[in-house]
Amino acid sequence: MKDDLVAGILAGQRRAIARAITLVENDGSEAQAILAAIHSHTGRAHVVGVTGPPGSGKSTLVNDLALSFRRGSAGHPPRTVGIIAIDPTSPFSGGAILGDRIRMRDLAGDPGIFIRSMASRGSLGGLAWATADTVRLLDAGGYDLVFVETVGAGQAEVDIAKTAHTTVVVEVPGLGDDIQAIKAGILEIADVFAVNKADHEGADHAVQVLQMMLDLNAPGPHAVMHHGRLIEVAAIAGKSADTPAWRPPIHKTVATRGEGIDGLVEAIVAHRAYLEQTGNLVWRERERAAAELETIIQQEALRRVLVHTDGAQLATLIDQIARRELDPYAASQLLINQPSQAYRG
Amino acid sequence: MTDKKIRVLIAKPGLDGHDRGAKVIARALRDAGMEVIYTGIRQTPEMIAEAALQEDVDVVGLSILSGAHMALFPRIVSLLHENGLDDVLVVAGGIIPDEDVPALNEMGIDGVFGPGTPTDEIVDFIREQVS
Repeated sequence: MKDDLVAGILAGQRRAIARAITLVENDGSEAQAILAAIHSHTGRAHVVGVTGPPGSGKSTLVNDLALSFRRGSAGHPPRTVGIIAIDPTSPFSGGAILGDRIRMRDLAGDPGIFIRSMASRGSLGGLAWATADTVRLLDAGGYDLVFVETVGAGQAEVDIAKTAHTTVVVEVPGLGDDIQAIKAGILEIADVFAVNKADHEGADHAVQVLQMMLDLNAPGPHAVMHHGRLIEVAAIAGKSADTPAWRPPIHKTVATRGEGIDGLVEAIVAHRAYLEQTGNLVWRERERAAAELETIIQQEALRRVLVHTDGAQLATLIDQIARRELDPYAASQLLINQPSQAYRG
Repeated sequence: MTDKKIRVLIAKPGLDGHDRGAKVIARALRDAGMEVIYTGIRQTPEMIAEAALQEDVDVVGLSILSGAHMALFPRIVSLLHENGLDDVLVVAGGIIPDEDVPALNEMGIDGVFGPGTPTDEIVDFIREQVS
């Protein structure tokens, strides 16, 4: 079955891709085998993240962008498009309502488009655990462009920047002080801004505020926090000061009427070209691989420890910690250092 | 890390625009821990079958009030089969006369739930059939 699925994915069969995504979401060992088999067939797709506050028009924008990329334009051939649209999982029931398809009905019936709705399933960064692997499946399935639409995002949901090559941050007029509030959050990860609902009052002001914020950004190399480590971006990219900096362009859009979409498409294409020309693409891919490896090791280490810990022992340790008889660091050392068969196999 | 979730597509085929019932069901299934893909009103059979394929759902729930179920449902069921979705549970709700139910069952609509059905009954039916 695994071999059939892998062959189906590589041949672009939609049923095979859909079923593999389910396996990845449910995190089985079969999923790992599939992902391993397709790994060498990935890396072609341009991954574009679309993030912004709830109700800012992300789904409608993705609908418009997908239509435009499917049509192609002067200088750009038509491209096939995969879409992953994420909505939140209820913390109470574990259920979810995934409603992004409602805004994407224009895309129905086009075999060059594949849409998958995904519940966040407890992941807090604006994506789902399975998002990055699903991007890979669509990439291997031959989709030229993969859009990832995050859950409605406010401040800390910045994981999309680790998954996407190009991140589009959607703003709307009238957020006023909220713009100040999110300054340190998602605005920093934008490669392109869309000020959507630009027919509403305050659109020019929203653009102005973004311009001002960008003016304040110091040119040259800058440091970013990555997994708790400060990283000099330009230093790691091996770039000298003469590499032109990318200033995120700001585009006003009215997604429900398709206005401003051409400009947004141009900006996304231009950003990809910038990444390729400056060598940033290679650097981003490497960073992504590093982050991913770290996550996989964490999960696997946790799994190995837990698989050889019986429930009663775990409960006893937890009780001891709660009663302040044992500290959590000592308890974790006990669990990690216990003899385990997993390391022999 | 994550459990297998029941994935349900809720769709309204045909031309009537009343989706309150569909939303009530979507919400009830969400509260029962299912992942509900809600596609909205005025879906063609082709749109429904394609969405079911891409979303790899366990269940397709059809809501219809217009009376066109005997025309639209067979088409949806046959498109699902064409897409290789033979294992998918298909249920329906809305205004469907009792005398049509045997024919719908015959064509592969496994459950038909009329107005006033307690949502728990639908949740239990889906859980039982899917597991």
